[in-house]
Amino acid sequence: MKDKPVWQQMGLTDEEYRMVQEILGRDPNYLELGMFAVMWSEHCGYKNSRPVLKLFPTEGPQVIQGPGENAGVVDIGDGQAVVFKIESHNHPSAIEPYQGAATGVGGIVRDIFTMGARPIASLNSLRFGPLHDERVKYLFAGVVSGIGGYGNCLGIPTVAGEVYFEESYRGNPLVNAMCVGLVNVDELALAVAGEIGSPLMLVGAKTGRDGIHGATFASEELSEESAEKRPSVQVGDPFMEKLLIEACLQIIQEGLVFGAQDLGAAGLTSSAAEMASKEGRGVEIDVLRVPRREQGMTRYEVMLSESQERMLICPRPGQEERIRQIFAKWGLDATVIGKVTGDGMFRVKEGDKVAGEVPVAALTKMCPVYHRTEEEPAYYRQHREFDPSTLPEPLDYNRVLRDLLASPNIASKEWVFTQYDYQVMTNTVVVPGKGDAAVLRVKGTGKGIALTVDGNGRMVYLDPYRGGMLAVCEAARNLACTGARPLALTNCLNFGNPEKPNIFWQFKNTIQGMAAAARQLDTPVVSGNVSFYNETKGEAVYPTPVVGMVGVLEDIEAHMDMSFKHDGDLIVLLGSYGSELGGSEYLKIEHGLVTGAVPEVNLDEEKMLLQLLQLVIRKGMVNSCHDISEGGMAIALAECAIQGERGFVVNLESIAGRADGVLFSEAPTRVVVSVPRMLLGDVMALAEGHLIDARVLGEVGGDRLVYRVDGKEIINLALDEATSIWGGAIRCAMS
Amino acid sequence: MKFGVVVFPGSNCDADCYHVIKEVLGEEVEYIWHGETSVAGFDALVLPGGFSYGDYLRTGAIASLSPVMPSVVEFAQRGGLVIGICNGFQILLEAGLLPGAMLRNDSLQFRCLTVELRVETADTPFTCLLEEGQVIRVPIAHGEGNYFCDEQVLDELRRNRQIVFTYRDPNPNGSRANIAGIVNQERNVLGMMPHPERCAEKVLGGEDGYYILASMVKWFKEGGR
Repeated sequence: MKDKPVWQQMGLTDEEYRMVQEILGRDPNYLELGMFAVMWSEHCGYKNSRPVLKLFPTEGPQVIQGPGENAGVVDIGDGQAVVFKIESHNHPSAIEPYQGAATGVGGIVRDIFTMGARPIASLNSLRFGPLHDERVKYLFAGVVSGIGGYGNCLGIPTVAGEVYFEESYRGNPLVNAMCVGLVNVDELALAVAGEIGSPLMLVGAKTGRDGIHGATFASEELSEESAEKRPSVQVGDPFMEKLLIEACLQIIQEGLVFGAQDLGAAGLTSSAAEMASKEGRGVEIDVLRVPRREQGMTRYEVMLSESQERMLICPRPGQEERIRQIFAKWGLDATVIGKVTGDGMFRVKEGDKVAGEVPVAALTKMCPVYHRTEEEPAYYRQHREFDPSTLPEPLDYNRVLRDLLASPNIASKEWVFTQYDYQVMTNTVVVPGKGDAAVLRVKGTGKGIALTVDGNGRMVYLDPYRGGMLAVCEAARNLACTGARPLALTNCLNFGNPEKPNIFWQFKNTIQGMAAAARQLDTPVVSGNVSFYNETKGEAVYPTPVVGMVGVLEDIEAHMDMSFKHDGDLIVLLGSYGSELGGSEYLKIEHGLVTGAVPEVNLDEEKMLLQLLQLVIRKGMVNSCHDISEGGMAIALAECAIQGERGFVVNLESIAGRADGVLFSEAPTRVVVSVPRMLLGDVMALAEGHLIDARVLGEVGGDRLVYRVDGKEIINLALDEATSIWGGAIRCAMS
Repeated sequence: MKFGVVVFPGSNCDADCYHVIKEVLGEEVEYIWHGETSVAGFDALVLPGGFSYGDYLRTGAIASLSPVMPSVVEFAQRGGLVIGICNGFQILLEAGLLPGAMLRNDSLQFRCLTVELRVETADTPFTCLLEEGQVIRVPIAHGEGNYFCDEQVLDELRRNRQIVFTYRDPNPNGSRANIAGIVNQERNVLGMMPHPERCAEKVLGGEDGYYILASMVKWFKEGGR
């Protein structure tokens, strides 16, 4: 390590170093080189992903702000908008789970209030190795407690999320945090610098040595030496962030600033460069004026520190004093550390002395872009050709259902979400676990918004194109199951090393699948984050795109959850019967296999189903609604029963002589609803009008889960037993 | 009736309490910044939930020394209605307005869920619209709600019927005698860990909390003081 040239130690290639020399017409000094290294890291510069990300649809009448700002902004009517984004904090969480996850929350929350929006909800998407591994338990417990510790203190409810456990994430967990804010459209703030000569103020926490080169750390594979990079992990102070939220929202609402930018990856370097670059401005920053937490910090450390809870703001003329007063009320510093210039240069000064000087555009717009080569991996065709009908059919389906209910990927996540305050702000109408998405009311209106986060890495691994589609479709379907109209999405793309052709092939195909679905379902991509290099010892995680989606309910009263509500209601399947088992939890749990052809999505049908769901919920024709996903129809029905505390009897038909396909297929575009008997005809007619198959499966009632196939009872489990297996699996594993 | 919601740095249920008082109870309400030194003109005070001063040192410990607190104590001693919810309860303990102390939950985890409470006495300004023995459902969300007091204090609380709410089985935090909320001897200061403001509207799935806050209004308007 020590023998490497300094640019390589900072993460730049020889070629990139030559580019820096060429741009500057000289050798960079140590500070300048560090600035290039962080800004040209994948994390900041998207140098491997940019050409592919262009495939995403990003526009629509509902989009107020697409990618390129701190977060995306979508119109929800009445002069209001939601602001949202998801971001990864994988590598810090692998090394220091509590702080890694906590600062992940802190970072994404800053992205939201930087835009003038009040953060109103947090979500998260987590992936770990198998739960029987002691280190996995340590990481899982630490991450959950870090998310709660930070989010609870801020008073932002954590309303939804997902957790999966798969071998591929053992060494490299995924921690993706999403935040959603609400803003009056006319109070929206952007990350722009003001007029030439405007001062730049640094507000919030003092600057320390933490997190130096965090962006570079995030852009390489984890290795044995990663633990030595613990200093690259930041430490969070949620109390400071809470004060910062209140102070920043006040100065933005009072119209005191041109723009604001949070200090995240690559600290002051990145935020100042981003602000200046939007309007082709330059910046001058005096490192001696930056308030510090530690003595003896070098200019290099000050410029690259990733100390949390800091913001850079550009005040309007004459407002500095008022801004100082507001920050003082909250006990915070607000210090002028530099100014906006007209020469397009990023100039770092140390008092009167110029310590470094590089063109802003060189850091931002001139970041090299790589068109990586792609190659289809050999595994892809092998898995596609696997035929599950060659497997022996289980003899005891009662046992299979019990095993699936106990799988941590399916079991209740209560152990997780009860550690999060999901009700603060008094907006949460559908709480975690109750529905396919969280539903929040919007105070002062009759409206609601629905929020979800989804991604099935196993399906994407087996078939990136179809898996990418599935991720977008499931998110949209989850929203529609609460009665919401899906509006737009944000994504966090967690992949391995893009320099490897097989990984890049996964990446590109996934994006193509996601883009096709997002276009067809009219849910454009308004923000996102790419996390590459999720590998340990050369092994990549499953390609895991995580989709965060936001929808709107015109009438909050007409929202829906998954619980069965009345004995005697008819259980109706909307969508096709489905028997494909590729990539299913059933194959993994019962047969120990991650294989098979991933079910295909018909996007036209998906779109019609989404419309149908919104319609039947708005008209009050169904009493519950739940989408079929992990564990198939068998688990979807069990979940409706457990949540509703009432049993059911269903009559199914075998397919090709087997029962496992119909019970456990995870084929998409399918939903189970419960319908009052007298409304059955109406529901069936509407389904037919939408060209969606609909069939009555059975009836709600009793205290047992009874599944009959071809008239023969093959599962009969007491509701109490199902509830206790499903409810206790994760808690048991963790105690 | 005019409520004051005291805002400490780090309070995060202040806006929720404000919302319920104004929009649901339809009463007058104002925020009181912790730096104020007077609470003149208010008929009742709310110390809301949150993480005042980041819960650093000890929950509620730093907030209890805020500039506003002497006037809150004086207001309480003159018989004014004070309700401390969650972090507000912790602050009331630290300020000595209520006896006992708060420990970490016995699970050592933050816990957010809706619990069942038994109303132990309707004879307080906070429960006069409820009935003794009634079971209500109210959300909790805390990491340090494990109420503790010694035997002697517990005897006094029981003797004076100061225990207002208890958790029905299962106790979510390990509190002494399943205590979820207590009043002072004079019965004008209530501290409770559960959040009544989170269940005061039908759309949020329950309205039991409404009756706690509405009790205060009824008691006040009927000349309780």
